[in-house]
Amino acid sequence: MDEQLLEVQDLEVAFATEDGLVRAVSGVSFTVSRGEVVAIVGESGSGKSVTVMTLMGLTRSPNSRFAGTARLRGEDLVSASEEQLEDIRGKEIAMIFQDPISSLSPVQRVGAQIVEQIRAHENISKAAALDRAIELMGRVGIPNARERARAYPHEFSGGMRQRVMIAMALSLSPSVLIADEPTTALDVTIQAQILDEIRQLSAESDAGVIFVTHDLGVVADIADRVLVMYAGRLVEQGTVDEIFYDPQHPYTWGLLGSVTRVDRDPPRRLPAIPGQPPSLVATPEGCAFRPRCPHAFDRCRELPPLAPRLAEAPGHLDRCWLAPSDKRARREVAGRIGLSEEAAAS
Amino acid sequence: MALDSADDRGAAGVVVTVAPRDSMAEGRQPPAIGPWRLAGRRLRRNKVALFFLALFVVLVVMCLLAPVYADHIANIGPNTNNVTGTVIVDGKQQNVVSLTGVPIGPTWGAHYLLGADTNGRDLAVRLLYGGRTSLLIGSIATVIIIVLGTLAGLLSGYFRGAADFILRPVMELIWSFPVVILGVALGTALAIGGIGPVKGNSLYIPAFIIGVVYIPYLGKPIRGEVLRLRHQDFIDAARVQGMGNWRIMFSEVMPNVASTIIVFIPLILAYSILLEAYLSFLGAGVQAPNASWGTLISDGLNYLQTTPTYSLIPGAMLVLTVLSINIVGDGIRDALDPRAQVRVRT
Amino acid sequence: MSRFIARRAFSAILLLFATSVVVFGIFEVIPSYNPARAIAGRNATPTTVAQVSEKFGFDKPIYVQYGNTMKLIFTGQIIDYSDNLNVVQQFGQRFPVTASLVVPAAILWMVVAIVLGSLSALRPGRLMDRGLMVAAIVGVSIPVFLLAAVLLYLFAFKLPWFPNTGYTQFGSNPAQWAYHLILPWIAIAALSIGFYSRVLRSSALDVANQDFVRTARAKGLSERQVFVRHVLRNSLMPIVTLFGLDFAALLGGAALVTETVFNLPGIGQYEAQAIGNLDVPPIMVGAMFTAFFVVLFSALSDVVYALLDPRIRLTG
Repeated sequence: MDEQLLEVQDLEVAFATEDGLVRAVSGVSFTVSRGEVVAIVGESGSGKSVTVMTLMGLTRSPNSRFAGTARLRGEDLVSASEEQLEDIRGKEIAMIFQDPISSLSPVQRVGAQIVEQIRAHENISKAAALDRAIELMGRVGIPNARERARAYPHEFSGGMRQRVMIAMALSLSPSVLIADEPTTALDVTIQAQILDEIRQLSAESDAGVIFVTHDLGVVADIADRVLVMYAGRLVEQGTVDEIFYDPQHPYTWGLLGSVTRVDRDPPRRLPAIPGQPPSLVATPEGCAFRPRCPHAFDRCRELPPLAPRLAEAPGHLDRCWLAPSDKRARREVAGRIGLSEEAAAS
Repeated sequence: MALDSADDRGAAGVVVTVAPRDSMAEGRQPPAIGPWRLAGRRLRRNKVALFFLALFVVLVVMCLLAPVYADHIANIGPNTNNVTGTVIVDGKQQNVVSLTGVPIGPTWGAHYLLGADTNGRDLAVRLLYGGRTSLLIGSIATVIIIVLGTLAGLLSGYFRGAADFILRPVMELIWSFPVVILGVALGTALAIGGIGPVKGNSLYIPAFIIGVVYIPYLGKPIRGEVLRLRHQDFIDAARVQGMGNWRIMFSEVMPNVASTIIVFIPLILAYSILLEAYLSFLGAGVQAPNASWGTLISDGLNYLQTTPTYSLIPGAMLVLTVLSINIVGDGIRDALDPRAQVRVRT
Repeated sequence: MSRFIARRAFSAILLLFATSVVVFGIFEVIPSYNPARAIAGRNATPTTVAQVSEKFGFDKPIYVQYGNTMKLIFTGQIIDYSDNLNVVQQFGQRFPVTASLVVPAAILWMVVAIVLGSLSALRPGRLMDRGLMVAAIVGVSIPVFLLAAVLLYLFAFKLPWFPNTGYTQFGSNPAQWAYHLILPWIAIAALSIGFYSRVLRSSALDVANQDFVRTARAKGLSERQVFVRHVLRNSLMPIVTLFGLDFAALLGGAALVTETVFNLPGIGQYEAQAIGNLDVPPIMVGAMFTAFFVVLFSALSDVVYALLDPRIRLTG
């Protein structure tokens, strides 16, 4: 059995605001193993970023409330002290952020920023750290690394900046790498390169990768397993093949249905999931997707548990009361997977 | 650790309750209030600002009642010399100015309440008259600055072209001049000869000088705002309606810069009073035999060790007055826009 | 960089010229001001006034007078009217005193403001934060000369902790030099500390919300390291700009009055006396001197700004 690096159990994250208690994450559980790439997909506001930032302890504030555990090699991150977290951040678990221009310090040279990461945890000289930084920059595909290390972030292109962030994140060989929408701010062509880098480097180092994105194309490319989040909850979980070829939750159908495909005629109207995600302050009772789901019925008022419902796929879990046979029938819309006739509209 | 849903305390210990929100239900909206009334309300709730406003009014009234004090209590005018006179203190007759030229200290009686100066003048009377002078000069200067500064800002911002070509460099030049030096140069020159029909020791001279020196401090920001407003749609709409430029400037542009002007008024009043004190202290402001708080502080320096009240009481009145204005000004700024940051620097 | 220096030098010359013209104009063009009369004294006879006028060249056309005055200034030969001293020489002699007053005071206020502003940003809403808010508004309401007088009274007269006048040269006795200057330093620094710390505080709070600060934390840096290396460094810009403006203003204003109150033989005292005597040359030279510093410090603050933020390129 693969070594389970990260075990998240019933994670709950809420924020006290003027308008009420915002439940950003409710009862999320998953694991990440060595060498595995786990993708977390969902719309903005689904709780995917809050989940991963909580693993790093970056959501702590006087207004935040936590429940559940997230064990990194046995040690719980949710209840860890600041000192413990400072030790772990960067060294055991590292993160690549979405927008490299704002995520890198504008007034520090790029090489120095990587050196700072290294020397935060290792007692080596600046010169030695710089050598390592330059080597890392070379490995992520930055040409003329020694020269470029002296440059500032604004002197790099978007893709190169993200490579710097990757180099920085991997500099101490963390066991878990979190990538929070690393390619969203980049051109599609660069995106492919960055994904390759991430995949290659993580394979080399055998780290577990958590990849947060809203882009299913990226998921298909890079993920081993997929977690689908909606309104702070996990609604479906499985291998990438299971999710793409046998999705069990209507929301997943909606996501898949909204991807326009090159091998088909273009739709008259871009398919979308009608309606809005619910407010996280006043979540409706029962299934959170119910207001927008064309397949909702009486039982949906009761919150479906995240459970495996297919005998042949014990690792494939979902939160939908519909019978699997029903699901297979309903998700076929106009010859492909989608949410409903209206949504497909092609 | 479970999360409470019913109620929770936020960071400030505020109880926060979860209430199901339904934006469509009961469309009861609070009655609309105009921005000025809203500001008025916020100001009225600001107890500190109200207290200092009251203090300011008390100080102003005290100074305005100077003639009453002089005629009925002290029985002596502010500029009346009385070197050889005597006054009864604790039943004993004492020289107002001793034989060695040392003036009497505070008697805390009706005559020479705060003592005398080397010319035998009653300091308490001079204090009140001096306050009147300082406030008068400050107010006149403020009026000059508000009127001319707004005009300069409007003209150069709205019409640009020739007006801007002249006004902008002039404003920049005056603005970059250290305020005290410019004031001093003008002050000394004009103090001797006056200007036109206005005599050298008239109070209008310092008021005029302070006015000129501070015009760019209002003119530049107003110009900036007008430049911004010029390109907005409502200006074009007005032009299309056939309004002439001047009318547009006064009926459309000016109301929009009104809140900026209002915020500046107390600031400018405070700075004008302070500048007058600086100039008078140095001898370039109010000229003998007239008194102002600045001249009194300067005169009193010689007696700081023996009779500190000579300098410090005018000083205290000056500080209380300016502080009150500043606090009220801060209150007005907060009431009009809690997020604004406006500062005038000398 | 050399273009930057060239452009700044050019604007310095322009400003100096404008300053000299303005100051000269103020005194010479105002019809009722008759410097000859001022020099000769209030009770002089018309003949004496005429003689003085001829001696100083006041009967010549204005632009000739301007030219002469400028020549005298730049060749270091200009003499003041009251005591017949060489103005430029006086400035030279008195400069170290003013520098001793102004430079340490400025350092004091910047350091204290940065420390207090940082502490206040780290604990918003607490006592220090509110205290600084009060200090800022009070500081802006008190004229320097009054604070100087109060300090003098309290700590030199009432409580004889500090000497009340005089200046000792640094060279002869550093301890005495500092001892005589402590109250003046406090007078100048105290009023600005409140305002500057508030500016730093609000700048730091803005920066603390930015993404790269989150990245720094994600690297595992301690809160202190995050604050000092990332937040603070990026928050200094606004106070650097303000300081550039204020320091020059300080030379032209606060220094004058502080030296007067504490009887320090600096440039400010000389200028203040000249004002009292209606003595034009020192005022003129003083104005140009201050204008020079306005440009110098504005340029310096731009340089520091560019050092702090490498995205800024030094243009003219």
